[in-house]
Amino acid sequence: MTQVAEPGAQRWMGGGLVRKEDPKLITGQGRYTDDIALPGMLWLAFARSPVAHANIASIDTSAAKELPGVVAVYTGEELASEWAAAMPCAWPVSSRTYPGENTHDPRVPDHWPVAKDRVRYMGEIVAVVVADSREHAMDATEAVDVDYDELPVVTDIEAASAEGAHIIHEQFGSNELYTWELHNGDVDKVFAEAPVVVKERYFHPRLVANALEPRAIVVQPVPAQGEFTVWTATQIPHFVRVFLTLILGIPETKLRVIAPEVGGGFGSKLEVYGEEFVAVALARKLGQPIKWNEYRSEGYLSTVQGRGVVQDMEVAATEEGKLLGVRAKLQADMGAYASLVGPGIPILGAFHYHGTYDCDAYSFTCTSVFTNQTPTDAYRGAGRPEATYATERIMDALARRVGKDPAEVRAMNFIPPFDQPRMTAGTLEYDSGNYAAALDKAKELVGYDALRQEQQANDGRRDGKLLGVGISSYMEVCGWAPSQVLGTLHYAGGGWERASVRCNPTGKVTVISGTSPHGQGHDTTFAQIVADALGVTPDDVEVLHGDTSVATWGLDSYGSRSLSVGGVTIQKAAERVREKARVLAAHELEVAEDDLEWTDGKFQVKGAPDRAKTIPELAFSAWGAHNLPEGFDPILEGAAAFDPPNWTFPSGTHICVVEVDPETGSTRIDKYVAVDDCGTIINPLIVDGQVMGGVAQGIAEALYEEALYDENGTLLSGNMMTYRIPSAAELPGYTLDKTVTPSSTNPMGVKGIGETGTIAAPPAVLNAVADALRFVGVEFIDKPASAEKVWRVVAEARGQAPAERTPEGGGTGAASMTPEAEGGTA
Amino acid sequence: MRRIACTVNGVRREAEVEPRLLLVYFLRENLGLTGTNVGCDTSSCGACTVMMDGLSVKACTVLAVQADGSEITTIEGLASNGQLHPLQEAFRRNHGLQCGFCTPGMIMAGLGLIESGAGMEEEEVRLGLEGNLCRCTGYQNIVKAIQEAAGEMRQATPAGAQGGSE
Repeated sequence: MTQVAEPGAQRWMGGGLVRKEDPKLITGQGRYTDDIALPGMLWLAFARSPVAHANIASIDTSAAKELPGVVAVYTGEELASEWAAAMPCAWPVSSRTYPGENTHDPRVPDHWPVAKDRVRYMGEIVAVVVADSREHAMDATEAVDVDYDELPVVTDIEAASAEGAHIIHEQFGSNELYTWELHNGDVDKVFAEAPVVVKERYFHPRLVANALEPRAIVVQPVPAQGEFTVWTATQIPHFVRVFLTLILGIPETKLRVIAPEVGGGFGSKLEVYGEEFVAVALARKLGQPIKWNEYRSEGYLSTVQGRGVVQDMEVAATEEGKLLGVRAKLQADMGAYASLVGPGIPILGAFHYHGTYDCDAYSFTCTSVFTNQTPTDAYRGAGRPEATYATERIMDALARRVGKDPAEVRAMNFIPPFDQPRMTAGTLEYDSGNYAAALDKAKELVGYDALRQEQQANDGRRDGKLLGVGISSYMEVCGWAPSQVLGTLHYAGGGWERASVRCNPTGKVTVISGTSPHGQGHDTTFAQIVADALGVTPDDVEVLHGDTSVATWGLDSYGSRSLSVGGVTIQKAAERVREKARVLAAHELEVAEDDLEWTDGKFQVKGAPDRAKTIPELAFSAWGAHNLPEGFDPILEGAAAFDPPNWTFPSGTHICVVEVDPETGSTRIDKYVAVDDCGTIINPLIVDGQVMGGVAQGIAEALYEEALYDENGTLLSGNMMTYRIPSAAELPGYTLDKTVTPSSTNPMGVKGIGETGTIAAPPAVLNAVADALRFVGVEFIDKPASAEKVWRVVAEARGQAPAERTPEGGGTGAASMTPEAEGGTA
Repeated sequence: MRRIACTVNGVRREAEVEPRLLLVYFLRENLGLTGTNVGCDTSSCGACTVMMDGLSVKACTVLAVQADGSEITTIEGLASNGQLHPLQEAFRRNHGLQCGFCTPGMIMAGLGLIESGAGMEEEEVRLGLEGNLCRCTGYQNIVKAIQEAAGEMRQATPAGAQGGSE
């Protein structure tokens, strides 16, 4: 049994249909890029810089070329003639005052697929080996001899923009990419006159996406035709094709880019990477198939990272806690170059640092800088988690300052329920929302009042642990579009989607989608939409995507756009098929089109339900073409494009309950409640899956994960042993519920759910940890609230603070952490 | 090079292998069984988990030469006679997978756990899956799927459920 939904007016949408894509994935038949092997295939491996900043004095590849199986070795200079241009930045943000003009051109330094004369981060590619096997290629990278003249290293965000900092790209005269401002209302006056001003500083460590499938590329050239088929583990096959054309000069018509099964992305595969350009260039140069598969520790250095932001967050309020103004100042770490959309990531959050609340005055400023670290770019949520964290943490700080419960301060500041677009202080027009409903539901589910009473009765203790409750009443922005607005933000691409739907002669339906999945279940959700539109079952529908020769047009998957842009487009295309079928139905039933009604998945003559035609019936007779209306095209096919008028704005409340052990610093999540509003729900099973996965990643960000660099620009947490990804053993179960306020942006009322968990969860968890720690006098704690950090702040609050990272004899807690003590107790 | 012979998914396989070849690459590249995935290089993620002589092992921590003489079941060998294994059914029914990359390893780890006779309370299953990482699902549905499948398998064969390799 695969189909769970009950037949009804909307027969399939809204039902928890088990996924169509699962059978291949649970049997080992899913075909990921690394599963592809071609006859005569050569392997690529990359020699990478072990230092963060240096001039390349010399490279000697002669020893590497002599090793067994090595076909060729190339340096950046030797490949320079392959590139028509440097690697792309599609969102080159420039400085601006507000209101005002751009103050300088966007600062986009040349970033070559292989470094020519200087490296600017550890892991930057300096040479490429081609060999007959993975092992031979990797062995030879070790034999590439590079002389580096090391340069001063800049890793700290604030130090990067300080006077006298070493400049990473000299042509710009500083390490600053841009300072970008947005102001609304008389911010200075509101803050000067407000009775209450609360200010906190938050730091978002760099994060590594760790999609479980490492990146991989396979290229099949057809030299005589100048053609290339490129399989790549990417979220964005269409962008890959465009940029392969622009950088390598291969006509789009000669390129077929395929994103086969893709094992997770989370933004890390929203990039066109140097390895992709090199693989295609060498397939062209050598005329043989080429393969590269990233090994995980390599990915920690070479795959874009997320976050890397310092925020100074301020709110102005009345003594009662009513919000008057919001002022956010950011410094963001772009890493060594401007990645595909990296400069725009902080701007994605720029417009909603007031979240689900409103205020009179709003100000956002972000200064983004280069550092000698791996470039940053989108990571699940991209700009919105940063904004939401600041908003939701400062609301707790405000509640503490005015002496009220955090839930009460939120409730009194919520934008009231609305179902039509509403302008807000950050100059965004939200589509719809009912924030109080979600908060109320979440409070009820978690037993909020009882938890507060328990805290009060026991001075925050529960079985020797500290009990904390944290709220996050978030909103976010989904559905990456509208093209015109993206243009005003200097984003290079559009935001539309395109799809086509065809009912084949025997009644099976083919859908061609411009967005392609990397785990989100597009095949199932889209099949449900089309099944309802055409009166068939989801089993009758095949969804094709991720192959530019099949899905020629599309702008791919990121920014929670697959349903609210892509899915809506598919519904429109399916409706075109239905309207075309109506013409034929009227012809065959010998009635006027107006005399037909679409009921129970078929066209019926009004008042004569036994006279009816289904779309599969009509598709077959259209194909036979024996009796068609004048000029009727015999294929029941329809295409549509959709460029929505606005974004969508999911929202909700998450509440996290933690028990923190003040002796060890470890945090256990006792309960996690998520009440989300993603508008109309097509498949609740998939929606819940997205929420749980997103929350897990958000908890990981809150408690465990951090890409930690030392002052030399060396990544210390550079593999899965040192970078702590939580397993099932560390994570809790989740209690999920929904509220539904349909979006006013699109006809389906859908909003998006892929990123909400990662956006909502970190502040819920940190607010809970901070709430617990207040019972031992801790004033403040930031991400990640690792056991070590919690233990440290607790020790500091108790006045027994060892400041060093390796504590030696600094009180009982410290002693228990020394290796000697561990050995002694073993 | 060394000659090895082992039984994989019920079929006897012999091969000349380099001593440094990992079992996971032997399965993927020599035998073409690409259902077993490689997600890391530190034996952290568990995507390559297979059953070897009745125990779940990470195939990246075993050399192919160590598998000489052993009996191995991979994800491809789990369904039998066209019938999905209860674990496969349960993963699908419970939406225990999204991108699917960790799934073969998760299913084999679940099988190892169930066959070891471990307790199937939620906390026990969670601890038992400590060596397998999933970046998509948040684990809840994976845990649920393994619990459900264990119930079915233990009811069917109270002495311990069977793998698909016989």
